[in-house]
Amino acid sequence: MNWQIELRRVGKEYNERPVLQDISASVTAPGVWTILGPNGSGKSTLLKIIAGLLTPTEGEVVYLHNGERLNAQQRRQVVGMVAPDIALYRPLTAIENLRFFARARGVRVQDGDLLSLLEQVHLRSRAHDPVATFSTGMVQRLKVLTALVHRPPVLLLDEPGSNLDEAGMEFIRHTVRVQAEHGIVIVATNDTRELDYGEPLIQLGA
Amino acid sequence: MSRSSSWAREALAVFGKDCLLELRTRVALGAVLLFAVTSVVASGFALAPPSGVAGEVKASLLWVIVFFAAIAGLSRVFVVEEETRTADALRLAVSPTGVFVGKLAFNIALMWALCVVTVPLYLLLLEVPVRHWSLFVTVVILGSTALACATTAVGAIVAKATMRGALFGVLAFPVALPPLLVAIHATKAAWLSEGGWRMATGDLQVLVGFMLVIVPASLLVFEHIWSE
Ligand SMILES: Nc1ncnc2c1ncn2[C@@H]1O[C@H](COP(=O)(O)OP(=O)(O)OP(=O)(O)O)[C@@H](O)[C@H]1O
Ligand SMILES: [Mg+2]
Repeated sequence: MNWQIELRRVGKEYNERPVLQDISASVTAPGVWTILGPNGSGKSTLLKIIAGLLTPTEGEVVYLHNGERLNAQQRRQVVGMVAPDIALYRPLTAIENLRFFARARGVRVQDGDLLSLLEQVHLRSRAHDPVATFSTGMVQRLKVLTALVHRPPVLLLDEPGSNLDEAGMEFIRHTVRVQAEHGIVIVATNDTRELDYGEPLIQLGA
Repeated sequence: MSRSSSWAREALAVFGKDCLLELRTRVALGAVLLFAVTSVVASGFALAPPSGVAGEVKASLLWVIVFFAAIAGLSRVFVVEEETRTADALRLAVSPTGVFVGKLAFNIALMWALCVVTVPLYLLLLEVPVRHWSLFVTVVILGSTALACATTAVGAIVAKATMRGALFGVLAFPVALPPLLVAIHATKAAWLSEGGWRMATGDLQVLVGFMLVIVPASLLVFEHIWSE
């Protein structure tokens, strides 16, 4: 199982204002890479392009599995993503959110499986509370679980440590470590606590 | 954990999720029912005694109420995902077709719920004598489904537009007019005419044909709009 992501001369403009220009890079599983840069340098934009949520104005992002190119639908199945502006359904409970994303992705899970997932992030006792009643750090931990519910080989994390305490940071580090044994992790960050996740893939300017 | 893949499964998940959200928040049902029941009751009082009002007028009024209630509640199913910032999560997990079909199913269910409450109340308050019950029920089911298709289609097309409100009005008018007109005509046939089914067959065919055109067409457009 060999997964590869190639960025080929990627560029992005918002209303003719260039944000990203001529970015090329390639990552092959397993491993962790970071996208670094100050606020507004385009880290989140680049991660969304890699996820397929945004179309680049120039170039392309190609996913390869054993040398075969994936289409949009296959890409959706191999990517899990956590980002500050990708929200959960706040009126739904933690377990309802997990159940929805599992079902939508065709993963058959029992509530027991979901509860033990929640146990891992110390949310089991809050499984049946609406996400709206969670603290930001709790939401962040649940987002990570949701992104991993289909066991994707590619995990994209946009500032995963934001709002997390030391235990939460440790959970992220652990998740990244486990994921990186087989798959690909790309972390976008400017938090010095997150810089040591892996080698820099791209350093964006201001 | 096993895995299967199809837009039908995705649509079912989206439909279930939206039903659950509706159960918790009651946003759409509240908007739709409040509008419809208020309008029906107001009409009942305003047109008293209802025996003096022509059947044609009553049939038109019923569908105008249903139509406006649909616009009040159904048009927002796509926009609400953008507003709650869950649209990207949905885009990551579900194909555009899965999203569209799931939302369409939810809107149809909402429309039927609306009709179950509103139509009997309307018949009662406006003292409508229904001559052909089976035809009338068929017209209500097909008509409300067609209106759900129309509002879902327009809602999908304007989901990411900036002048959403204005655009919705401009588009909803031509799209919803054909099913609205034939539903009114068929309703008159079910209430008043000797002919009944014979009078309304053409109308029912138009309603079905309308759905067969508008759903694939708007789905095609939606697939492009939704992912970007
Ligand atoms: N939807 C949008 N429309 C227009 N401009 C945008 C949009 N999203 C981002 N931008 C612009 O693109 C640039 C890069 O934004 P982006 O969010 O990718 O930066 P970032 O590196 O993630 O910043 P931060 O560290 O603050 O998260 C910014 O100048 C921003 O204003
Ligand atoms: Mg960012």
